[in-house]
Amino acid sequence: MSYNVPNFRHPNLPKNKLGYTTKDYEGAVSTLCAGCGHDSISAAIIEAVFEMSIPPHRVAKLSGIGCSSKTPTYFLGKSHGFNSVHGRMPSVATGANMANRDLLYIGVSGDGDTASIGMGQFVHTVRRNVNMVYICENNGVYGLTKGQDSATTDIGSKSKKGEPNALEPIDLCAIALQLGATFVANSFSGDKKQLVPIIQAAIAHKGFAFINVISPCVTFNNVPGSTKAYDYIRQHMASTNTVDYVPHAEEITADFAEGTDERVTMHDGSVINLHKLEMKHDIHSRSSAIQLMQEYKAQDKVVTGILFMDEHSQEIHESMNTAPTPLRDLSEKELCPGSAALEKINDLHR
Amino acid sequence: MKRDIVTNLFVIKFANVNGTGSASANKLFSRAVFRMGVPISPKNIFPSNIQGLPTWYEVRVNDNGFLGRRGGIDVAVGMNPQSMERDIKEVDKGGYFVYDSTKPLNPEFLRDDIDFIGIPFTEKCREIYDDPRQRQLLRNTMYVGALAALFDMELDVFRQLISDLFKKKEKLIEPNIRAIETGYNLAKEMHSCPIAFRIERRDMVGNKILMDGNEACGLGAVYGGATVAAWYPITPSTSIIDNFSRYCRQFRIDPETQKKKFAIVQAEDELAAIGMVIGASWNGARAFTATSGPGLSLMNEFLGLAYFAEIPSVLIDVQRAGPSTGMPTRTQQSDILSAAYASHGDTKHICLYPSTPKECFEYTAKAFDLAERLQTPVIVMSDLDLGMNDNMSEPFEWDDQHKYDRGKVFSEEELENMDARFGRYLDIDGDGIPYRTYPGTHPTKGAFFTRGTSKDEYAVYTEAGEKYVANMQRLQLKWKTAAKLVPPPIIRKTDKPCTVGVVHYGTSAAATIEALFHLNDLHGISLDSMGIQAFPFSDEVERFILDHEYVFVVEQNRDAQMRSLLITEFDFDPERLVPLLHYDGSPITARFIRHEIRDWILQTSTLPRRGLHHRR
Repeated sequence: MSYNVPNFRHPNLPKNKLGYTTKDYEGAVSTLCAGCGHDSISAAIIEAVFEMSIPPHRVAKLSGIGCSSKTPTYFLGKSHGFNSVHGRMPSVATGANMANRDLLYIGVSGDGDTASIGMGQFVHTVRRNVNMVYICENNGVYGLTKGQDSATTDIGSKSKKGEPNALEPIDLCAIALQLGATFVANSFSGDKKQLVPIIQAAIAHKGFAFINVISPCVTFNNVPGSTKAYDYIRQHMASTNTVDYVPHAEEITADFAEGTDERVTMHDGSVINLHKLEMKHDIHSRSSAIQLMQEYKAQDKVVTGILFMDEHSQEIHESMNTAPTPLRDLSEKELCPGSAALEKINDLHR
Repeated sequence: MKRDIVTNLFVIKFANVNGTGSASANKLFSRAVFRMGVPISPKNIFPSNIQGLPTWYEVRVNDNGFLGRRGGIDVAVGMNPQSMERDIKEVDKGGYFVYDSTKPLNPEFLRDDIDFIGIPFTEKCREIYDDPRQRQLLRNTMYVGALAALFDMELDVFRQLISDLFKKKEKLIEPNIRAIETGYNLAKEMHSCPIAFRIERRDMVGNKILMDGNEACGLGAVYGGATVAAWYPITPSTSIIDNFSRYCRQFRIDPETQKKKFAIVQAEDELAAIGMVIGASWNGARAFTATSGPGLSLMNEFLGLAYFAEIPSVLIDVQRAGPSTGMPTRTQQSDILSAAYASHGDTKHICLYPSTPKECFEYTAKAFDLAERLQTPVIVMSDLDLGMNDNMSEPFEWDDQHKYDRGKVFSEEELENMDARFGRYLDIDGDGIPYRTYPGTHPTKGAFFTRGTSKDEYAVYTEAGEKYVANMQRLQLKWKTAAKLVPPPIIRKTDKPCTVGVVHYGTSAAATIEALFHLNDLHGISLDSMGIQAFPFSDEVERFILDHEYVFVVEQNRDAQMRSLLITEFDFDPERLVPLLHYDGSPITARFIRHEIRDWILQTSTLPRRGLHHRR
């Protein structure tokens, strides 16, 4: 849906530490359907980045193809964006990250883009622990091609077309966990209160941060019988924790309930305050996360929150031992061995 | 058998079992010839296999300096019982067959028009060495020593060479020199040395070097400032990345911190490899990948994106015999069309066609300048023959004054001082090349959205027909600009009036040039020639073809792909271009080209005839 948004903003819009308002983090007007879950995710990204006072131009946003992959146009208009080819955002993001390790990379994808055509690239980017945030806007349906089931559609789930899906779904969080993802979260586009701090925690995480966000498709998959509909998720969502993100150097004023709360200090000094709702879940244990997901699934519950994190992980540049200066900024002098060295190489080949 | 003595003009072929370490021994032999100042052109002929199958190494010793394959075998060294029957048959009349006489030769294989030289290498090794691996490896060195005696080569050259080659593994020097001497003495004791084929010191090599094209490409990428390499292993391109990695470790690791000024990512497939290259190049690094035909096929979709979104990217295609998996370890110029027009829609890509290691080095380094200047993919079209065989080459040169051409990129300062709106696809200079910005440059200016969809000059999505057409026409203008920047053809004119020309490219060069020499020398046929070095074709390419009544187009594929490309791009009458094709997977030979051209010219009138397609 296209509509005109007035350019006017309240003159007293709050500013972040850089003096920017949320307006400086907005993008073009969305052309997605009214009520699309993806627009809520874009709004959550804007809020998260604004609150963290990240300069917009230090973010690169990348996507593949599909409704979800259109969204980078609708947030962070002052950031460079790259709408690549279907299912191939992970490789483009990996290459971009190789060139400049200093930017923040936000990859946006969907369930078709990630779980079908891009599965190969997704799993390998997880393995490499590329330092980026990867958001899968998961609606269990192909929107742009008008309503086909996707690889994440649950068994028995019915989209607008009415045929129940017969195939086993791919659980992206479970796969990410098994592949060694160092940050895995599940969330819901309709729960901004949970989603924004999860995105912030993912940004603060050093390494590959995966967020699966269930994001209902109002046009093709928001019907009774669909397990990715607003009503279904609201009724079946069960949070394992809620999260507060506390930037570095900010006084931690949040209530801390002994026993049910946990503080995780990130590599940049910021703190994740976890309010645990499910006491047996240990977010530093993969097996605990997988077990919890299986238990909840058996009870028809959709578990949300941070499922796993390893805040001490080695991201790809650390394991490769790359120079601290972004590779793209190295000068010719640092890169080219020159004619004298070449003469020696010639000599070794005589 | 009575023979004339032939010095420095013969072909020797080694038949081995792969995985037995014969490659280094054979290389030792050719390097020794090279060090005696005699030009050589060695060719590996190997299977797609790691251990146990037949493999051959053919060395042409030639002090005329011709570097292509000649055709025919004068001396065979048969160390592989599996292929012995065929190896014996292959030797030209009057030649020699050197073999391991530990086991007697099958009498059925004997011929009376060649000489057999049996030396019991295996037996001797069993006698001297206890370790089985050593027996195998030094047996190879030993037959090289025997050849030194048979060809009357200088033993000191081998001694020095071994010392140089094993500089970093000193304890290997002594046993290898001993093995050479053992083989040398054994041959002298058992046979009358030297034989009719001899190698004599010359001064024909000058300061030339011996290197394979893949090493040259890897080195070219280092000199060209590549910092990101993403790749998926595939024969015959793999050693490009191996060499890039080796030279990076030599030159690009900070001695104090051990931090690397390069990143090499082994991707999950070729799609991801080119995706990473595009991502890194988009973000301002010089990035490249190396692949072969099957990988190029997989990269098609991404190449279209890089063309349309105008992202520099460098790809080295080491061609092998297709289609499909084809013959992975045999050579061909198989991807000329699929590289030039890779991807769906109206796309075309800059291709460079090196024919020597020096050109591999220079074109790879230059590919980064071209890719960034023109903001588009550049494909360096090597092949297995060039990439995996040692080729004699002029030494590499580098101008320390040369500055990388990073192309049109707005800096933070330029953006700061800019009043007009930044238009990523605006043709400000009238050459079709727009200006780009790297992500993260300026807080408020210069950001844009890169996409594979149609867009206007400001990178805003549009499906407006006139905007789409304007953009496609600008890309066409950029293509014309590219034709002026790529390496021009190499034209060789005869001093006689000449109405027929020969067109070649890549690894067909050496054999073609030799064939032309002999056509003139033996048959009085004198022809102009043109080596095409790049696509898009410059005006000189068109002029050369128009200046001749017809031209032969020499290439190593079935479908005359370069000929098709020329006809498509210039709208030539197809009859002007006579295909001359060799595509059995072996490098094209001078004899083949000479015979084809001779037969064609002597049997026909001056004008090209109908019925061309029957020949194809």
